[in-house]
Amino acid sequence: MELWYTEEQTQNVRFTIRCDKQIFSAESDYQRIDIFHSPEFGRFLVLDDRIMLTEKDEFIYHEMIVHVPMAVNPNIKKVLVIGAGDGGTARELSRYKTIEKIDVVEIDKMVVDACREHIPQTACGLDDSRVHLYIDDGLKFIRSVTNEYDLIVVDSTDPIGPGEGLFTREFYGNCYKALKDDGIIVNQQESPYYNVFSKAMRLAHKKLVSFFPICRVYQVHIPTYPSGHWLFGFASKKYHPLRDLNPDNWNSLNIETKYYNTNLHKGCFYLPNYVTKQLRDGEPDEN
Amino acid sequence: MYKLSQNKAPIYEALEEYKDRRVVSFDVPGHKQGKGNKELTEFLGKRCLDVDVNSMKPLDYLCHPVSIIKEAEQLMADAFGASYAFLMVNGTSSSVQAMVMSVCKRGEKIIMPRNVHRSSINALIICGAIPVYVDPGTNKQLGIPLGMDIEDVKKAIQENPDAKAVIVNNPTYYGVCTNLKEIVKIAHEANMKVLVDEAHGTHLYFGEGLPINAMEAGADMAAVSIHKTGGSLTQSSVLLLGESMNPGYVRQIINLSQTTSGSYLLLSSLDLSRKNLALNGKKIFDKVKKLAAYARQEINKIGGFYAFGSELIDKKAFYDFDITKLSIHTRDIGLAGIEVYDILRDNYDIQIEFGDIGNILAYISVGDNILDLERLISSLFEIKRLYSKNPAGMLDNEYIKPVVYCTPQEAFYSNKKSTPLKEALGKVCAEFVMCYPPGIPILAPGELVTKDAVDYIIYAKEKGCNLTGAEDMKTEYLNVMC
Repeated sequence: MELWYTEEQTQNVRFTIRCDKQIFSAESDYQRIDIFHSPEFGRFLVLDDRIMLTEKDEFIYHEMIVHVPMAVNPNIKKVLVIGAGDGGTARELSRYKTIEKIDVVEIDKMVVDACREHIPQTACGLDDSRVHLYIDDGLKFIRSVTNEYDLIVVDSTDPIGPGEGLFTREFYGNCYKALKDDGIIVNQQESPYYNVFSKAMRLAHKKLVSFFPICRVYQVHIPTYPSGHWLFGFASKKYHPLRDLNPDNWNSLNIETKYYNTNLHKGCFYLPNYVTKQLRDGEPDEN
Repeated sequence: MYKLSQNKAPIYEALEEYKDRRVVSFDVPGHKQGKGNKELTEFLGKRCLDVDVNSMKPLDYLCHPVSIIKEAEQLMADAFGASYAFLMVNGTSSSVQAMVMSVCKRGEKIIMPRNVHRSSINALIICGAIPVYVDPGTNKQLGIPLGMDIEDVKKAIQENPDAKAVIVNNPTYYGVCTNLKEIVKIAHEANMKVLVDEAHGTHLYFGEGLPINAMEAGADMAAVSIHKTGGSLTQSSVLLLGESMNPGYVRQIINLSQTTSGSYLLLSSLDLSRKNLALNGKKIFDKVKKLAAYARQEINKIGGFYAFGSELIDKKAFYDFDITKLSIHTRDIGLAGIEVYDILRDNYDIQIEFGDIGNILAYISVGDNILDLERLISSLFEIKRLYSKNPAGMLDNEYIKPVVYCTPQEAFYSNKKSTPLKEALGKVCAEFVMCYPPGIPILAPGELVTKDAVDYIIYAKEKGCNLTGAEDMKTEYLNVMC
């Protein structure tokens, strides 16, 4: 018997991975959760028919969402991670000895439990003693917090389903309020390539720009995400992601990475013209 | 607890059967199962167009039901504990009008709170009855009209022993309820009917721990907007009768103005919603109650916003409260309700039911979930942080006491002239002026144009309320009696 996982990345594009077996499948209060094992990508986590991470390429996502802000402000001590029940972001953060506190807010306990059992490669990040896990809606968690964090990492799903609230103006505004005066927010910001994703990407940028004086977007290459071309947002009240980068300082930490380095850091903020244009326009163009 | 099997949905079942027969149509509607209007079919879906059909023997006739519609009406009556129920397709406005016109004629009096929906007064324009207004009472702090103190109703009944009926809102837009049982008692003793506008009260028939509903209180008629909290399609409604009413006569009244081409989309939506409410209503409204209670608690933590609740019950004009309503007083953060309403829509993509001078109302119903509610709550946190102002100088939503000069019918059909708003002061208004929503008249035909009313209209316009009712679409001119 052949077993293939097929994801409908857009209405007209599909992406298929050969699997050897399905490891986990359940419906939580918020979404459907599946975990498969595949010869090419190892284990991979699927939420509501979208690949969230694979063992083979998750390092790209998690390194890039963490090390970019950490290299800009090495004094980050208190971090809030929203989403990320898989633990990958917490794992990268916990490599910094200088960080004192990592609050992880995940809405779906079943994601955490499933990853702890089946994807220890990322879930190990939740075991660090500085990590405090809250099972809660990020939008709810953040609204009662003021002037508390140095860094907020928004490691969300797509803006349809439980992740929707994490792409809203009310969420970004509350994040602004929850950050200290030199705070940084980094967010998963969808893809510029297919129209279904680029709309959310442009809207998120537009909303962030309305709150943060510094707002830049950087790109990464994630083979299992639609088009492979993915974006993160970097917004800050004070720090510029390039001007305030201190390569020597970060390199002196001797953190071993597979994707991130300080040269790439500079490069990833230089975007293709069509992406720059979309960000500038702020309005959805016809695809 | 129900006498009939509420699992059935006779209109829905008959439509399914009709579809399966693949009848060739040389009948109206002319789109012929959508084939004649491709774009519309693509937009609404073929399944929808397939059952947009004309009345016919197998599908019964709304104006004279003998088979499936009759059965659906009996099931509806059973579900609501009524003696009879009419399926209505011209909105709850038509249900309210049918109630009024069924019990009073030209020159007869009808007692009502002034915060009725415009549809009640519209009925008076049509039938020529005379309104006797009862001050509904006002909560000074919130500036909202309440639900009539029982003593005021008693007084109105004593002073107008010839009145034919009393109209009661159950609940009001804001969720305030009146001592309905007592009103029924004293009205019936005085030989008057009790008509209940339950446009916002479907859930009172199915949820637990909610204020009493009209049929249970022994009222004679009730107009219920199932489409508001019950999940049916917009414009569908139901008119309930108690034992004292003659359904044959009420049907004649309904047929005076109701379409003879009742939409089967609306009728089937009533049928299926009734089934769902009867079978699952308790569970559904338990959830709604919990969501509303949670939202109230969270919103009251923000400070500045006041999501009011049962603590305001005084057993007088605030006799009871419908805890599924999420009404929020906004004045203390220096914003009019209508301003918060606009900010929520324009900046946060959140649409709420309405905003008036001092309050907003978020409708929570069968279709809501906690994540969407979190968005509303978090947006209110942000609105306070980003937009709050000093509330000094803001107008209260005072009760504007109406001064009735003549019947709404006489004023509406009189010789009238168009007059600039400010010059209309002291004249007799010949049309409605209201903010919509909520559609409660500031001025009704036959009332003197008072300074309070003019000031209110100008302020409401300034704040961005949608003023409707007047012939002049901008409400710069008023029609007054010559």
